Amino acid sequence: MKALSLPLPAEPTPGQIRFGALRRSARLLFGTPLNAALTLLFGVLLVATVPPMLRWLVIDAVLFDPSPRACRVATGACWSFIYAKSGQLLFGIYPLDDRWRPAIVCLLILALLGWSVRPASWAPRLAALWVAALVLIFWLMAGGLGLTEVPTSSWGGLPVTLILTVVAIGVAFPVGILLALARRSTMPAIRVGAVVLIESVRGLPLLSILFVASIMMPLFLPEALLPDKFVRALVALTIFAAAYLAEVIRGGLQAIPNGQYEAAAAVGLPFWRMQYLVILPQAIRVAIPALANTIIVMIKNTSLVLVVGLFDLISSGKAALADPDWPSPAAETFLFIGAIFFALSFSFARFTDFLERRGPTAH
Amino acid sequence: MLSSPLKRVPSMPNPNDRPAIELTGMNKWYGDFHVLKNINLRVLRGEKLVICGPSGSGKSTMIRCINRLEEHQQGQIVVDGVELTNDLKKIDVIRRDIGMVFQHFNLFPHLTILENLTLAPIWVRGMRRGQAEQTAMHYLERVKIPDQAHKYPGQLSGGQQQRVAIARALCMSPKIILFDEPTSALDPEMVKEVLDTMVALAEDGMTMLCVTHEMGFARQVADRVVFMDQGEIVEMNTPSEFFSHPRHQRSKLFLAQILN
Repeated sequence: MKALSLPLPAEPTPGQIRFGALRRSARLLFGTPLNAALTLLFGVLLVATVPPMLRWLVIDAVLFDPSPRACRVATGACWSFIYAKSGQLLFGIYPLDDRWRPAIVCLLILALLGWSVRPASWAPRLAALWVAALVLIFWLMAGGLGLTEVPTSSWGGLPVTLILTVVAIGVAFPVGILLALARRSTMPAIRVGAVVLIESVRGLPLLSILFVASIMMPLFLPEALLPDKFVRALVALTIFAAAYLAEVIRGGLQAIPNGQYEAAAAVGLPFWRMQYLVILPQAIRVAIPALANTIIVMIKNTSLVLVVGLFDLISSGKAALADPDWPSPAAETFLFIGAIFFALSFSFARFTDFLERRGPTAH
Repeated sequence: MLSSPLKRVPSMPNPNDRPAIELTGMNKWYGDFHVLKNINLRVLRGEKLVICGPSGSGKSTMIRCINRLEEHQQGQIVVDGVELTNDLKKIDVIRRDIGMVFQHFNLFPHLTILENLTLAPIWVRGMRRGQAEQTAMHYLERVKIPDQAHKYPGQLSGGQQQRVAIARALCMSPKIILFDEPTSALDPEMVKEVLDTMVALAEDGMTMLCVTHEMGFARQVADRVVFMDQGEIVEMNTPSEFFSHPRHQRSKLFLAQILN
């Protein structure tokens, strides 16, 4: 057979390259009648929506004027409201003179979260650090021992959201692991107990669990035994999260081949050490995407505590909007609150992304 | 030590010693299926046994009963003077002294090679990390892959992974090592490096039970060959006798199939 020889294409000049790129994008945008129609349609949509959006967000918006009057006459967003009401939005109805306390609590929690994502700080003393920090946090929020006492009904805003999120997920994670192991146990009583708990919690809406914790529990528990409303909501959130996390972790456990259990058993590792050193690190790694999903949903679920009369970020926002002096800029307020939730959830998503890329890739 | 010519080193087990392993009238069922039938086997300290037989003959199940990865239902298994019962504490104590090498290596994929080797010495024997790492490096050198210490199992070839698995067993200073078809999952060109490691181990006087079809290995190191079929020990003899004068019809058939 004769060898084929193809002529090499001539080197394009810079002008040809620029022209070529233009022609390529023109072909992509208008190459077929359908492409041309879609391009025109989206062009019209962009022209119709982007300029008004920019006008509302920035150009016609009240940015710095601290008086409510400017907002009443303005046609754009009222960002000065967010600024003027930032204290109330972030800290709810917490006593004005003591707002430094929830402020410190928020900074402390965020700083600790930032510290905890570093692999270098993963050691048993990190858990001890968190426990100590939580004691300090509850003292700062609730008062006593030299600080003015503030009942949980006066707590509100960002610290409530952060405390509920961190404690509920922090406690639910180990409880979820135990439930997942219990559900796979060979001991019938333990397995059935786990199944009943997980399935009944999963079968109920979070709202109804919160109602049971806040409204029904006082009906059949004597007042002396009744925990605080905040603690009851926290327990409800924790149990709910634990049931979901348990199933996600169980999924990870099922991905671990039997040989791993056998190899760990063959060197004489007892049950708990086998789980802690060999099985769980692999199972949790497999389950990272699903775990991240569940945890992000839980971060946002904390806002449901508003139905039982706790003031999280969203309820604080609603309360701030009730001020008759201001023209009630709801969209701006919820955008602001949304941005806070987004920052929390997105940072967490980035963290799990980092976890997935870490460690051995080949198996 | 590993590089020494592959020659048969006669071991001299003393039959008067307490046996390393003794199975007496052992039976096992999976449901209705009778997997192991009246197994009687006495293994002396320092003895090397090769266990062979067609697939499904119960040879793997038998050695897995010795460290209780499988439970037996009848009869007695005594390892180093301790009888295997349901007592979990006793089982863990026995397992510390029995190394096991699996067909599919079963290294821990989330740990580096060094961590694979130090895990059990640290968490089961309570050894200090520094000392455990020293021991681990010693055995990695013996299996000739000290340069892979900080890699993950997934980055190694099958032969290298199996040698790591042998080193992992050695790090616990076991009295006995069980091999469950250690070369069956390997590419042909990697079988020799693993067998060489096992021969060197045999030369050091380790008590070994190997389920394997590597008849060359059996000839070279085994004190006795155990032939199993359909859950029974059919024949047990020295390798020279077993290979030249198999007594049983089933052994003859098996040898004819495997040697061709």
